[in-house]
Amino acid sequence: MNRFYMMAVTAAAATTVFAADKVDFAKDVKPILENYCLRCHGDEKPKGGLVLKTKADAVRGGDNGTALTPGNPAKSPIYTLTILPPTDDNVMPPKGEKLKKEQTDTLKKWIEAGADWPTSEVLIARKLEVASSSAADDMANVMEVHKTILAKLSEKAQADMKPYSEKIIGSEVSFEMVPIPAGEFVMGSPESEKGRKPDEGPQHKVEIEPFWMGKCEITWNEYELFQFSEEEKKRRNQRNSPAELHAQADAVARPTTPYVEMSFGMGKDGYPAISMTQHAANTYCKWLSANTGHYYRLPTEAEWEYACRAGTKTAYSWGNDIADAKDYAWFVDNSEGKYQKVGKKKPNPWGLYDMHGNVAEWTLDQYEPEAYKQFVNATAKEPWIRATKPYPHVVRGGSWDDDPEKLRSAARRFSDKSWKMQDPQLPKSIWYMTDAQFLGFRIIRPLKVPPPEELQKVWKSGVERD
Amino acid sequence: MKPENNSLALNRRSFLQTTSTVVGSALVGALSVERAAHAEGSDEIKIALIGCGGRGSGAANQALSTDGKVKLIAMADAFTDRMNGSLSELQRAKGDKVQVPEENKFIGFDAYKKAIALADVVILATPPGFRPIHFEEAVRQGKHIFMEKPVATDAPGVRRVLAAAAEAKKKNLKVGVGLQRHHQAGYLETLKRINDGAIGDIVSMRVYWNDGGVWVKPRQAGQTEMEYQMRNWYYFNWLCGDHINEQHIHNLDVANWVLTAQEKASPDEQAHPLRAHGMGGRQVRTGKEYGEIYDHHAVEYEYASGARVFSQCRHIKGCWSSVSEHAHGTKGYCDVGGHRITGPNEWRLPRGNAKDPYQQEHDDLFDAIRNNKPYNEAVRGAYSTMTSIMGRMATYSGTVVEWKDALNSEISIMPKEYDWNAQPPTLPDANGFYPVAMPGSTKVV
Repeated sequence: MNRFYMMAVTAAAATTVFAADKVDFAKDVKPILENYCLRCHGDEKPKGGLVLKTKADAVRGGDNGTALTPGNPAKSPIYTLTILPPTDDNVMPPKGEKLKKEQTDTLKKWIEAGADWPTSEVLIARKLEVASSSAADDMANVMEVHKTILAKLSEKAQADMKPYSEKIIGSEVSFEMVPIPAGEFVMGSPESEKGRKPDEGPQHKVEIEPFWMGKCEITWNEYELFQFSEEEKKRRNQRNSPAELHAQADAVARPTTPYVEMSFGMGKDGYPAISMTQHAANTYCKWLSANTGHYYRLPTEAEWEYACRAGTKTAYSWGNDIADAKDYAWFVDNSEGKYQKVGKKKPNPWGLYDMHGNVAEWTLDQYEPEAYKQFVNATAKEPWIRATKPYPHVVRGGSWDDDPEKLRSAARRFSDKSWKMQDPQLPKSIWYMTDAQFLGFRIIRPLKVPPPEELQKVWKSGVERD
Repeated sequence: MKPENNSLALNRRSFLQTTSTVVGSALVGALSVERAAHAEGSDEIKIALIGCGGRGSGAANQALSTDGKVKLIAMADAFTDRMNGSLSELQRAKGDKVQVPEENKFIGFDAYKKAIALADVVILATPPGFRPIHFEEAVRQGKHIFMEKPVATDAPGVRRVLAAAAEAKKKNLKVGVGLQRHHQAGYLETLKRINDGAIGDIVSMRVYWNDGGVWVKPRQAGQTEMEYQMRNWYYFNWLCGDHINEQHIHNLDVANWVLTAQEKASPDEQAHPLRAHGMGGRQVRTGKEYGEIYDHHAVEYEYASGARVFSQCRHIKGCWSSVSEHAHGTKGYCDVGGHRITGPNEWRLPRGNAKDPYQQEHDDLFDAIRNNKPYNEAVRGAYSTMTSIMGRMATYSGTVVEWKDALNSEISIMPKEYDWNAQPPTLPDANGFYPVAMPGSTKVV
């Protein structure tokens, strides 16, 4: 089965929904050129005399003539050289990863359509992480972590899954995981639901495979071990934790030091970690997996809603009555203007705390308002809409700052650039969302461990830069 | 500016260099950008960025995001790599609003002069030690200015900024200072309520920047001491002024702002404390990579009305964190940064789409430039800087420091000479450790 990383849909036509009908320069073409071409065809000593900063540059071409003939892909080396066999001496890009079929098709379509390239778009080289040697090291590390995970895996089937508590190696900090059984549920909300938004429909069936989910949101106690590597090292040295236990986790990238105080005075010990980017949350999962030897990641949007509903079909996992919210969730009416310690309200039927409130939670999916339409009359199996751009990503669950309708099981929200508004720097941090003080995450651990390539995909979206 | 205005701009510049009379200054105001803006409808403002780090690049991005025609035309930095990184990011963010030809990229200690000369508006965002020098020069050349906080690292620097600020006022130059809380709607709304008496007379305030600290740039082989300090600038006082100055100024500035009405100070200057005493030290961050600055300061400031401001700033991980300001009045309490009041006049800022204060401060400055509105934040920026430096003087010396003594201090902490081979004012010992201020013996005024 095509598990997890692509949408596997029983209705045949559905997957085309997200294929780009019209090629957009800024969104589709520019990243290809900047990632794969501009390092050699930019300002400094352009190879073959060819500069690809502007459309005029490309049309003018270099030592071997034009690189781009709008309307004619066959006469555009910017395309023709990318589809040569990888072994050909003239293939572009010459080193590292070659372009994928989708990418060369995008170039072709774009050129056919006249190669729209606004004069305001002056391209610059972007560091292509996948092709760099650090990316190779990164992948090698993921392979090692994968081996460790498989070696440690003792649960073979759902029946083996029990609740457990896991200690982060080298610290006193532990967290609890709750098994979530496989099953099918109806995702989204009926039109009759109070506060419902159009993006919550149409309702459709989803199949989910078993996983464990964090009983609580990730707290600062856990997150700071990842956030501040020097502090973490000090603590494990105090505990004489052997260095070899930490080699794989130490190979994972760690956040930069924040310039502002990221808990915004709302408290640390026992309180949920907030204001991290999805990239930071993903990287935490990778680090935690390397530390513990268990496969952790963010939930997909579907997994999150499945776990939140916990078998219920009502607006909230406790029913439909807003008056009960105070027993289950920290939200605007009872939070006193800040987040609260995790796990202090009643859990949902599957034993998960704070799903509806306290802090909203990251998921893995790109936000697509009409995502559910493709699943009409179909059963989506393990759906995941993989991100192709930094915004918007799906965030689920209400927060301390929200009104009751945002606490609903089906309510969707999505990340936005404004969540980094008060980051005064350029470039903005890939680790912090200074203005998302309502945003945290919780982790899941799928029973099945996919191959290393898929681990890497869930741990690194590749679109973390704004 | 468009070509037909270039001669005007040039005339203005040469005119400025040959006269310093008040009459001349008034003329400069009349001839500055806003007049052409009215005449042309869309006059272009040329910007130079001095100091191309992450914050400088951010400020340039914001300046380039203001209404009307704006273009970045020159850049200056001590380091080529910092400039190139900044230029790439700005091109990515702002496209053809960034037009910095090779000949307008200036590197080195004197790069600022050349970049300033080419622009209508200059952004000063180097480490703060250089700010008085750069500000003075920008005013001398008759440019509108956005400068980051703090505006100096010692008292002589503050006085230079105050003198240049007076000159800027005479020349009708617009000056913004990066204390962006003044442009943040929530703060403005909260201050309005405090000034309307919502919490009565202010008895005391508590202000904090307690957090885990910032980046460290390790020493590289082949660096001169000057280059190392310039790279790892946060930990050297002549460049940074200690974190009580570099970061905590935001919160101390809010204290001065909140107390302005009660102290009957002018809003252009804001209130300032009469005296301060405090304590601080280096408890955890003791390594040589942390230069000479403290990792914590606690200062008590006394104002003329009798109000006390209790200030803490700490750079130690794993401790209680807060970046906030709180005012306690005879009728209630205000969480200034949280925009909440409790007591008889209970209030909380309604939730809504807040605007980016970093963008707003540039929108306001450029609006003032284009429409010739009075705009000079330099004096209050200098006073808030002095308030921060006075706190450092108090913790370093352990003595009670009077405002007038602090402001008039002749102790300069700046280098005598700016060159990659020149000696910075503080040097490491044989083991690489730097001398650290010792309460009880360190002299500060």
